[in-house]
Amino acid sequence: MTRTVLLIEDEPNIIEAIRFLLTREGWQVETHSNGADAVETVLKFLPDLLILDLMLPGRSGLEILQDLRDHGATRSLPVLMLTARGHSRDREMAERAGVSRFMTKPFSNHEVLGAIRDLLAETHRP
Amino acid sequence: MDALSILVAVCLAYVIVLFAVAFLAEQMAGQGRGQWLRSPLIYTLSLSIYCTGWTFYGAVGYAARSGLEFITIYLGPTLVMIGWWWGLRKLVRIGRSQRVTSIADLLASRYGKSNLLAIGVTILAVISVTPYIALQLQSITLSFSIFADAGASHGGGANPAMMPPDNSAFLVAVGLAIFAILFGTRNLDANERHHGVVTAVALEAVVKLVALLAVGIFVVWGLGGGLSETLARVDASEIGTWQVHGGRWTAITLLAAAAVVCLPRMFQVMVVENDDERHLRTAAWAFPLYLLLMSLFVVPIAVVGLDLLPDGSNPDLFVLSLPLMAGEDGLAMLAFLGGFSSATSMVIVAAMALSIMVSNHLVMPLYLSTKWGKGAMAAGDVRHVVLLVRRVSIGVIMALGYFYFDLSGDGTALAAIGLIAFAGIAQILPALVGGLFWRGATRIGALSGLSVGFALWVYTSLLPGIGPQGLIPAGIMENGLLGLAWLKPHALFGIEGMDPIVHTVLWSLLLNTAAFIAMSLLSFPSPLERLQGAQFVHVFDRSVGPRGWTGSLAQSEDLVIMAQRILGPDRAQALFQREARRQGARGNLPEPTPEFLDRLERELSGSIGTATAHAMIVQIVGGETVSVEDLMAVADESAQLLEYSTQLETKSAELTRTAAQLREANDKLTQISLQKDSFLSQVSHELRTPMTSIRAFSEILRDTERLGEEEKSRYAGIIHAEAIRLTRLLDDLLDLSVLENGQVSLNRRSASLSEVLDRAVASALAGAERPIRVDRRPREEAVEIHTDLDRLAQVFINLIGNAQKYCVSDAPRLTIRVRGMGDRLAVDFVDNGTGVPREARALVFEKFARVGGDKAGGAGLGLAICREIMDRLGGDITYLDGHQGGAFRVLLPAQQAMAAQ
Amino acid sequence: MSTRRPNIFLERETYRRRRVLDAARLLPVLGAALLALPLLWPQQGEAGALPMSLVTIYYFTVWALLILCVFIFGRTTRKWDAGAEPRPPRAAPQPGDPRGR
Repeated sequence: MTRTVLLIEDEPNIIEAIRFLLTREGWQVETHSNGADAVETVLKFLPDLLILDLMLPGRSGLEILQDLRDHGATRSLPVLMLTARGHSRDREMAERAGVSRFMTKPFSNHEVLGAIRDLLAETHRP
Repeated sequence: MDALSILVAVCLAYVIVLFAVAFLAEQMAGQGRGQWLRSPLIYTLSLSIYCTGWTFYGAVGYAARSGLEFITIYLGPTLVMIGWWWGLRKLVRIGRSQRVTSIADLLASRYGKSNLLAIGVTILAVISVTPYIALQLQSITLSFSIFADAGASHGGGANPAMMPPDNSAFLVAVGLAIFAILFGTRNLDANERHHGVVTAVALEAVVKLVALLAVGIFVVWGLGGGLSETLARVDASEIGTWQVHGGRWTAITLLAAAAVVCLPRMFQVMVVENDDERHLRTAAWAFPLYLLLMSLFVVPIAVVGLDLLPDGSNPDLFVLSLPLMAGEDGLAMLAFLGGFSSATSMVIVAAMALSIMVSNHLVMPLYLSTKWGKGAMAAGDVRHVVLLVRRVSIGVIMALGYFYFDLSGDGTALAAIGLIAFAGIAQILPALVGGLFWRGATRIGALSGLSVGFALWVYTSLLPGIGPQGLIPAGIMENGLLGLAWLKPHALFGIEGMDPIVHTVLWSLLLNTAAFIAMSLLSFPSPLERLQGAQFVHVFDRSVGPRGWTGSLAQSEDLVIMAQRILGPDRAQALFQREARRQGARGNLPEPTPEFLDRLERELSGSIGTATAHAMIVQIVGGETVSVEDLMAVADESAQLLEYSTQLETKSAELTRTAAQLREANDKLTQISLQKDSFLSQVSHELRTPMTSIRAFSEILRDTERLGEEEKSRYAGIIHAEAIRLTRLLDDLLDLSVLENGQVSLNRRSASLSEVLDRAVASALAGAERPIRVDRRPREEAVEIHTDLDRLAQVFINLIGNAQKYCVSDAPRLTIRVRGMGDRLAVDFVDNGTGVPREARALVFEKFARVGGDKAGGAGLGLAICREIMDRLGGDITYLDGHQGGAFRVLLPAQQAMAAQ
Repeated sequence: MSTRRPNIFLERETYRRRRVLDAARLLPVLGAALLALPLLWPQQGEAGALPMSLVTIYYFTVWALLILCVFIFGRTTRKWDAGAEPRPPRAAPQPGDPRGR
């Protein structure tokens, strides 16, 4: 069974790295690099997991997350949020908005893969 | 040299002395010296003008005819003087505080500044006093005639025949007029005080007292044979038994009491010329004493004269004829000077006082209403007109007196004029006393009373009494006006048999007072009248300082003082001046009209509240139980409270300001802190992003087995590029930090602009993936510049690099143009891409402001650094609106560009 | 009784002043009465008519006494110039004198 992971991120090199890692694990990776139409993209793909960058051109990852949580289809979608900013406030806001996991760049590949595995496992337990 | 010549010489000498005294007194007063001029003694002596030539000579005649009745002429004033504490003191206080100039002015002022009333009083005074002046002229002429007779038949006793030198009365009248004009109208004093006249009058008072006492002593001890002898002689004479007409006694005492305050000349010296109301304290006993001394020897002289002088001798001249008969020419001369003094001082002061009334109340109002008068008033100079009017008035009054004397001819008829004059002037009394003690007295009342009294006096006393036969036809005297018996001049309302003077006094004063009271009760006073009434009646409660032309102005001063305490001096004075202008007043003080008081009350109530403001104004203008001083204290307190609250307000305003400043500073700090936070998080982001790629790919390279060579090389390339990006970012950050802190040292050199551009283009486009065509004009660029060439090149490189990176066009082209902008040099970089979106242009020079964020590249510090560099170089860099593509302008300052030209 | 409730009575000095002022007001009335008194005396033609000298001496004596009274009153009030008058004239300020400041 192939899981779909949607990656919304604007740095091409980071996209390439994550795509490499996840593809190797056997997941299908879709990418998107703009914040403005991010919600529509998510609703279109309805991935098993969303990896969302906080600072996106067009719209902040936080707002996208809030919108997603308002939609029935994406209310319980596992979201891994990545940020390059060092603010602790960002984590609080993200948790309040209903993020599943929050990670600060730069991360270790092992960490990211572990987190993704956990999130995907949780969604399938019920 | 006969006696008459000596007499004339002595008279002239005496007059010269009087002139000298008056002149010196004026000089001293003018120089502010001579405090004794304003002593109680001088004041008391000046009051002695009450004793005229008529009293000096006539008292003896009076005594010879009617016994002790003459004394009533002196007892009336004595009673007034000993009651000074509640009568005269008030009159003098009011006179001083209201600055009144005459009895007419006082009444006018009291009854709401009614000039009609003043005119009435003036006419009454002129009519009453003119015959009186004639009487003085007559006394002088008579005394001349005695000496002339004595000279003709020396030692033969006085001949009572009237044979005065034809023109003596005329010459005396002219001389007195000159004296009165010289010293009564020398200048126009605000207080109407005449030190020269008063001092001369005081001297004359001494002369007449000394003369009469000398004659008396000579008569009692020289002719009468001692005190007891003389008393025996008195009892043996035809007036030796106590005989009195009760009605006349009372009436004349009353008339004399009224005259001492109402006679214009008495009012002049007692009230107008008064310098210090404490002088009354002395005059209260000294003036009655003077009167006592003046009358002390009257009875003995009369009795001895009746005894020793031949029958038919004129008793009015016993004072002169007794010494002459005894051959005491020197004493006779002294007695003559005494009589002369009495007559002259009375005439001078009376003429002066009347002239003030005539000019102030009759002529000037008329003159000022004419077109010349209006012109003079506009020019602001009526002083010389006033003085001229006064001088002419004195002349006219003296002329009237002379003509009256000339017409009446017969001396015996003149003698009665004294009492008639008293009765006329006494008509002022009800309005005066009522005005001083009764707030309810009104102008209508005063006018009515005065008119009734005046008419009755004229009908019952003046007309029947003037001239040898009187001016009323015998038919009317016998049968009454229009044949009505109850209108007979000497028997009004059918009451026959009264003494004429008692008859006049009774009816005129009774009906005068009745009309005054009745009309006062029936009429309603104007506001000004009520204000003035309160001011007069409550003069002691108010105790207004002796200043201001009129009462209401004094009141305005109280108001302005009070207002100053509440509103502050500037505002209060501005308010009063504005009001004065509105009212058209000439000074700075407005009349306290009801409108003004209303406005003032409103103004004050803004500061102290309505009720308090109302109460304070009522206190000042209405005269209730609380004193002005108490109010002043309240006002002070209020002012202090106001000041305190103002201070508090100021402090609180300061606090507010400080708080605002603190808030501003805090905002700035917060903003700076936010900016710092935002900068740090931006830096963090910019650093972590390349590090993420580096870490991710280095872990991939490390951990992934079976990685193809191509992939390995590609990932290593990414790591390398991101490492370079990181290095560049750190370089930019350091560069920016150095520029922002101003620590950069500029290395200025000269070069041609084209060289700098050449280097920059070469540097920016070296190894560029997408070539961009650069369009330049070498001719324009041939400009020498003197600046830090490396830094300028850095800016150019950045701009060219941006164009190269961001210009989205199939055939990217960058146009570089150089042009002079006034004294500055502009270098424009315009590409043919899409440019910077309008909304982003404001931010393009901010740190980390990346436009079109999906383009990897710089950290967004390039343009921020450019701006900092251009700041340091004294130039500027701006985004150029109005171009389709990206367009930047670099401005080089003048001296850097001009140096090369 | 005044010793028991002294506070309702004026101070002695003030009391005296008021009575002196009362007397001063009475003086002209008294004077008028005394000077009118001889009007009631027997006159010429009546039984026991008085001689002129006596009446003259009476008048001048009363006159002198009145003058003496006023003189004494003046002397008395001169001493309490400051306090006796209902309200001593205050120093008149110049117009425009900022007294409130």
